[in-house]
Amino acid sequence: MHIQLNGEPYPLDAELTAADLIERLGLAGRRVAVEINEEIVPRSQLATTRLSQGDQVEVVHAIGGG
Amino acid sequence: MTLHTDTPFTIAGRDFSSRLLVGTGKYKDFDETGAAIAESGAEIVTFAVRRTNLGQEDGPNLLDVISPSRYTLLPNTAGCYTAKDAVRTCRLARELLDGHNLVKLEVLGDETTLYPNVVETLKAAETLLADGFDVMVYTSDDPIVARELEAMGCCAIMPLGSLIGSGHGIQNPHNVRLIVEQSRVPVLVDAGIGTASDAAMAMELGCDGVLLNTAIAHAREPLRMARAMKRAVEAGRDAFLAGRMPRRQNADPSSPFAGRING
Repeated sequence: MHIQLNGEPYPLDAELTAADLIERLGLAGRRVAVEINEEIVPRSQLATTRLSQGDQVEVVHAIGGG
Repeated sequence: MTLHTDTPFTIAGRDFSSRLLVGTGKYKDFDETGAAIAESGAEIVTFAVRRTNLGQEDGPNLLDVISPSRYTLLPNTAGCYTAKDAVRTCRLARELLDGHNLVKLEVLGDETTLYPNVVETLKAAETLLADGFDVMVYTSDDPIVARELEAMGCCAIMPLGSLIGSGHGIQNPHNVRLIVEQSRVPVLVDAGIGTASDAAMAMELGCDGVLLNTAIAHAREPLRMARAMKRAVEAGRDAFLAGRMPRRQNADPSSPFAGRING
């Protein structure tokens, strides 16, 4: 199974939740926000949101800007 | 004799004592970012929202430096060229900041000028306002567009002084003054400020505040420029409140003519 993660193909070898993905990316506990198929996934729902083939996932954070 | 106190600077129902808002881009590192912002005295600090760098070691987070407990954070939509992307970015920012509704909307026209695309900006503002956001909006110095954005419910109107990052100061002070005079929400010059006198000029025109980034970050000594900007905004505000003297065609001596020894 593949998803699109931050615009790039990303293979998944198992059924994962959004929270599992964040963990796998080393971002657990970091201040990030997640969007799947252009819908926000609230932090409280990350653990119950399953990823599906072809999902467009965005994981964003704050960076310097004006 | 005493000085009259200034009216509070209020954004979306919150009072602030500093009228200088700053960005967090283009600094050498987070230490410099944090120190310059502290020196500027700014209470509202803007930042960008971007994809995380996958597979790279994730260093310190900007929000560890610019703590939400110390500053009022103002996520921006810099880099968005469509209303849709700007709205998505604001919703991500709201999730990032646990429901914080204040955003700086900017929808840009092209990469050469970064000039605001006001058509897309109006569309995005409508969606964001309906979705409960408090929208501070970056826009052109067109007073008619500014009036439209205020009528829609934007909580601050932020015309450019000149192009983002250009340091060309306020190119059309007459338009900025027109916007100031017609607006009942705060007006801030956002973009184009190059040095302290530009910031002071914005305030002398009657603006409620100034938002800048590059002028501090790309100064030779950012911390000193941060302090200069703080003082310039305060000085410009005081000059505006004090009311400048009338301009005269000819000289008018400050010392009396009477009693001169060469009479």
